[in-house]
Amino acid sequence: MDLIYTIFSPKLMSQIFVGLSRTVILFIVASGLSLILGVLRIPNIWHGSLYMVGAFMTFTISGAIGGGSLGFWMALFLAPLGVAFVSLIAERSFFQHLYEREHIMLLLLTFAFSLVFGDLVKMVWGMEYKSVPVPRVFQGSVHLFGGLPFPLYNVFLLGIGPIVAVALWLIVNKTKIGKISRAAAVDREMVGAVGINVSWVFAFVFMIGCLLAGLGGALVAPTVNVSLGMDHTLIMEAFLIVIIGGLGNIWGALLGALIFGLAQSLGILIWPQFGIVFPYAAVIVVLLLRPTGLLKSTW
Amino acid sequence: MFKNTLGGKGRIVGSAVIVLLFLFPLFLPRFYIYLISIILLTGLLATSLNLPLGYGGIFQFHHAVFYGVGAYAAALMITKSGLSPWVGFVVGPFAAAFLSLIMGLICIRLSKLYFGMLQISLGSLVWIIVYRWYSFTGGDNGIHGIPVPEIISSQNNAYYFTLLVTLLSLWALYKIINSPFGSALQGIRDNPVRSGMIGINVKLHQLMVLVIAGFFAGVAGSLFIVVDTAVFPDMLFWTLSLEVLIMCLLGGWFTFLGPMLGAAVIISLRTFVSGFTDYWTLPLGILMMLVIFFLPNGILGYIQDKLYGKIAEQAEAVEQTDLAQPAVKES
Repeated sequence: MDLIYTIFSPKLMSQIFVGLSRTVILFIVASGLSLILGVLRIPNIWHGSLYMVGAFMTFTISGAIGGGSLGFWMALFLAPLGVAFVSLIAERSFFQHLYEREHIMLLLLTFAFSLVFGDLVKMVWGMEYKSVPVPRVFQGSVHLFGGLPFPLYNVFLLGIGPIVAVALWLIVNKTKIGKISRAAAVDREMVGAVGINVSWVFAFVFMIGCLLAGLGGALVAPTVNVSLGMDHTLIMEAFLIVIIGGLGNIWGALLGALIFGLAQSLGILIWPQFGIVFPYAAVIVVLLLRPTGLLKSTW
Repeated sequence: MFKNTLGGKGRIVGSAVIVLLFLFPLFLPRFYIYLISIILLTGLLATSLNLPLGYGGIFQFHHAVFYGVGAYAAALMITKSGLSPWVGFVVGPFAAAFLSLIMGLICIRLSKLYFGMLQISLGSLVWIIVYRWYSFTGGDNGIHGIPVPEIISSQNNAYYFTLLVTLLSLWALYKIINSPFGSALQGIRDNPVRSGMIGINVKLHQLMVLVIAGFFAGVAGSLFIVVDTAVFPDMLFWTLSLEVLIMCLLGGWFTFLGPMLGAAVIISLRTFVSGFTDYWTLPLGILMMLVIFFLPNGILGYIQDKLYGKIAEQAEAVEQTDLAQPAVKES
C-alpha cells in the first residue's frame, strides 16, 4: 500500500487529472481540425481564431443573461452555433472556390482569415482579459485520493469529453451524411457522380468542425483568462495533435490529445521551467517512430 | 537576373535601381534608411524561402525558424563568447544551415502537407526552447544592445553592409537556380517520379536546397542584428513564416525577384498603415485574400504573363501535351 502511495502520490494523481481535463479541450478542438483536414484537406489555421471567438462569445452571452448558471448554459449552446454560422458563411463565400487549388493557397487563405479575425476580436472585445464565472453548480471542488482538491468544473469537463467523442463517432460512422462525407474524402468526383451535392456536404463538414472549435472555446472560457493571442498557441497544439494522431482520424485526435495533455501536466511536475517543452518533445519522439501518425490516416 | 524578369530593358532598370540603392543614404532621412535595410534583409529571407517553395515545390512552412536561429546563434556568439563579432556573423548562417540539415533529415521522408506540418512542429519546439530558456536566450525579452563591429555600427554603414551582403546573396541564389542543380530542382518540382527515373537523387537534391535556403535565411537573420542590434523570440514564431510566405506569393513565387518585391510592398504598407491605426493584421489579411483570389501568380508573375503572354501560352501548350499522363498519386 505504501508503495502504491509513493508511486501514485496525490500530487501526481492531481496533475494527471489536470492533464486529462486539458486533454478534453484539446481533443474537442483537434477533432474538429482533424475532421476538416480529413474530408476537405484544409489545414485550417483559422480554427484557433474560432476557438477564441467561441470563448469571447461565451463571455458576452453569459454576461448578457445575467452571468448566472442559465447564462452559462445558454452560452455553451449558443456560442458554438454562432461560430458555426460564421464559418458556414465563410465557407460558402470564400473557401468553396479554392478546393481545386493547391493546399498552400487554402492554408494561406485560412491564415488570412485568422489575421482578419484577430483584429476583429480586438475591435469588438478590446485588449483586456475577460473572465467568465464558473456556473454555480460547478463551483467548489471534490477531494481526490490524498485529499488534494480538484475543481468540480474539471470533473464536468472529464464527463463532456467522452460524450463529444461518442457523438462525433456516431455522426461520422452511423449517419448518412457522415458516410457520404467519408466517401467524399476518398473520392470526391465519384460521390458527385452518384448524384450527391458534394459542395454542400463539404460545407456541412466544415461547419461541424468549426462548431467543435467554438465548443472548445466555450468550455475553456471559465477556466482561463479569455484573451487575445489564445488562438496562436492553441492552433499549434491542435495541429501537432492531429499530426501525431494521423490526419483525419478522430480516435487519433483523442490519442494525440491524451499524449499532449498528459505530457504537459506531468512535464511541469518533473521540470517546472520547461514543462511546456515536454509535449513538443513527445510529438517529436512519436513522429520519429511513426512519421505519418500513430493511427491510420484517412488520406 | 533583371533581364529574365523584366525583359530586355530589365538590365538598365536593374542597374538604375542598384545605383539608386547605393545613393539613398545621401538624401533620404534616417528612418527610411532603416526601413530599406529591413526590406532588403526580409526580401533576402523571402527569396531564400522561394528557393525550396517556388523552385523546389517543397512546402517549407516554417522558414522563419532558420532566420531566428541564425540571428540567435550570431547574437549568442557575439555576447557570450567574447570572440570578434565577425565570427558571430559567420556562425549564424552555418548554425541555421545545420539546423536546416537536421530538420530536413527528419522531415524529408514525408511529402507535401505532411512535410510542412512536421516542419512547423519541429520549428515550434525550437521556438518554445528559445522562448523559455531565460538564462541563455533571454526568454521573451530577447537580447538587446548586441555590440556590432565599429565599422558597420553607424546607420549608413550598416545599410551599406546590408545592401552589399543582400546583393551578393541574391547573386549567389540566382546562380544556384540557373545552375544544373537548379534545373534538376525544378524538374523535381514538376515531376518527382520522372526526375527520379532519369537518375536524379530526389531526396538528396531536396535536402541540399533546404540547407541552402536555411543558410541564406541565417544570413538574413545575422543582417537583422547589424541593423537592429537586437533579437527576440518572435523572429522564429510561425506567424512570421506565413507572413514571409505571403511576401513570396504577393511578389510572384515563380519569379526570382518576386519575393523581394513582395517584402518591399508588405513592409512599406505596414509602416504606412501603422501611421493611421493600430490594426495591421486586418488589412494584411484582406490584402492576402485579394492576392489569393485575383493575383495567384503574384505581381511579377502577372507582369510576366502580360509581357510574354504568347510565349508562355505556347510553352504551356507544349507542357500540357508533354505531361498528359496520369498523375502519380502522392502518398
